[in-house]
Amino acid sequence: MIDKFVSSIEEALADTRDGATVMIGGFGTAGIPDELIEGLLAQGARELTVVNNNAGNGEQGLAALLKAGRVRKVVCSFPRQADSQVFDGLYRSGQVELELVPQGNLAERIRAAGAGIGGFFTPTAYGTDLAKKADGTLKETREIDGRMYVYETPIHADLALIRAECGDRWGNLTYRKAARNFGPVMAMAARKTVATVYSQVPLGGLDPEAVITPGIFVQAVVQIPRVATQAGGIKA
Amino acid sequence: MNYTRRTKDELAARVAQDIPEGATVNLGIGQPTLVANHIPPSREILLHSENGILGMGPAPAAGLEDYDLINAGKQPVTLLPGGAYFHHADSFAMMRGGHLDICVLGAFQVNAQGDLANWHTGEAGAIPAVGGAMDLAIGAKQTWVMMDLLTKQGQSKLVAQCSYPLTGIACVKRVYTDLATLACTPSGLQVIDMVPGLSLQALSELVGLPLSPA
Repeated sequence: MIDKFVSSIEEALADTRDGATVMIGGFGTAGIPDELIEGLLAQGARELTVVNNNAGNGEQGLAALLKAGRVRKVVCSFPRQADSQVFDGLYRSGQVELELVPQGNLAERIRAAGAGIGGFFTPTAYGTDLAKKADGTLKETREIDGRMYVYETPIHADLALIRAECGDRWGNLTYRKAARNFGPVMAMAARKTVATVYSQVPLGGLDPEAVITPGIFVQAVVQIPRVATQAGGIKA
Repeated sequence: MNYTRRTKDELAARVAQDIPEGATVNLGIGQPTLVANHIPPSREILLHSENGILGMGPAPAAGLEDYDLINAGKQPVTLLPGGAYFHHADSFAMMRGGHLDICVLGAFQVNAQGDLANWHTGEAGAIPAVGGAMDLAIGAKQTWVMMDLLTKQGQSKLVAQCSYPLTGIACVKRVYTDLATLACTPSGLQVIDMVPGLSLQALSELVGLPLSPA
C-alpha cells in the first residue's frame, strides 16, 4: 500500500544532509511552511542553500534558520522587506551569499528542473545586471525572431518544503488561495518533497479535476493543526 | 508660470482614464496600487497579481483580512467572483507570454527610448531586490510608468541615459507624471498632455531633453 503520510515532521526531515539545496514555498507569508522550517531548524542540517521568493520575515521561520547560521546561500527574488532585518544584517556583514533572480526566472528555472528541461532562453533581464553570472561575465544570449534572450539554467533541489491545504495518501495536493504560489513548481523540482496539509482526506476525497499537485511529485505528507496565516513583509 | 502638480490621486485617476474596458492589468507595488481606486465602475477590468491571482478585488473590510490572499505588496486583498488562482510559473507566463495588456510600474529613471530603472539604487549597503519588476517590464503588451517628474532635489527622472541599474531596455511606452503625460518613442519623448498653465518650453527645460507634441 502506498502511504505517503508520515506521522511527524521530525521523521519526514530526518535524512536532510549538510550542504543540501532546500526549496521553501511561499510568497510574503502566504504558503510559507513554517512548521517544516521549524523542523529543519531542529533537525540540524547546516551549510544549506535556500531557494525561496523572499529571505525571511521577522524573527521566525526562515529568518530563524538564517539567524542560527545554518544557511550559506539564499536564491531569491525579493530579499528586502519591511521586516527582513535578519537577512539584511547577515548579507551586509558578508555571512550569507545572495543569488538574486527575477521572480519569473526563478519560477521558470524551478519549473524547468521539474520538467527535465536543460535551461531556456528568456527575454527577462536582457541588458541588465541580472543577465550576468556570479563572476560578472555575461550569461549566454541569443537573438530569436529579432528579439534578444538570455539563457537561464534549471534550479534543482534536494528537498522542497511546501504548505498545502488538503492531501491524500498518494500525495495528491490542493492549496488555499494565493498560498499556492511556488508550491506546485517546487514540488516538481526537488528529489524529495515534503508537504504539510491541514486536512487528510481518503483516496477519492479530492476531486480529480481539482488536484493541483499530482502525488507523483510528493514524497511525504504531514498533517498539522490549522493556524491562520499571519501578516508579514509589510509595515505593521 | 502658474501651474499645479497633479496630486497622487489625480495622477492615479489620469492613469486609470487610459485603461480600456476589458483590459488585463498588473499594478506594481507602491503608487501604482492607487490606480485601482480610480477605475470607472462602468469599465470591467481584470487585475492580475504576480503571486497567482487574476480578478483581484479591493481590500477586505477590517477584521476580514485573510493573509493567504494578499497582493504583491503583501497587503490583504479579495477575489472577485470569476477570479482564479494559479501557480507562479503560470503567473509569470501570463506576463512573459504577452497575455497581460498593461502593467503600471514606479520608476527611479526612464530614458527617452523607454529604458527603465526601478529596482535598485546600486548604493553601497543597499539590499538589491527585483521581485517581478524585470518580468513585468518586458512582458506586458504595454508598460506604463507612474512617477513624479522630478526628484526631491529637483532633477528630472526622465533622462538621456539611466544612471541607476536597468530593469529593462526600450520597454516603457508611456510615462504618467505629476506634471505631464509622455510617450517614449524611438525618435524621443512626445508630450501627450500637461497640467494647465505649463508650456511645452517650460516642461522641456525641466526635463532637459528635446520634447515634441504627440
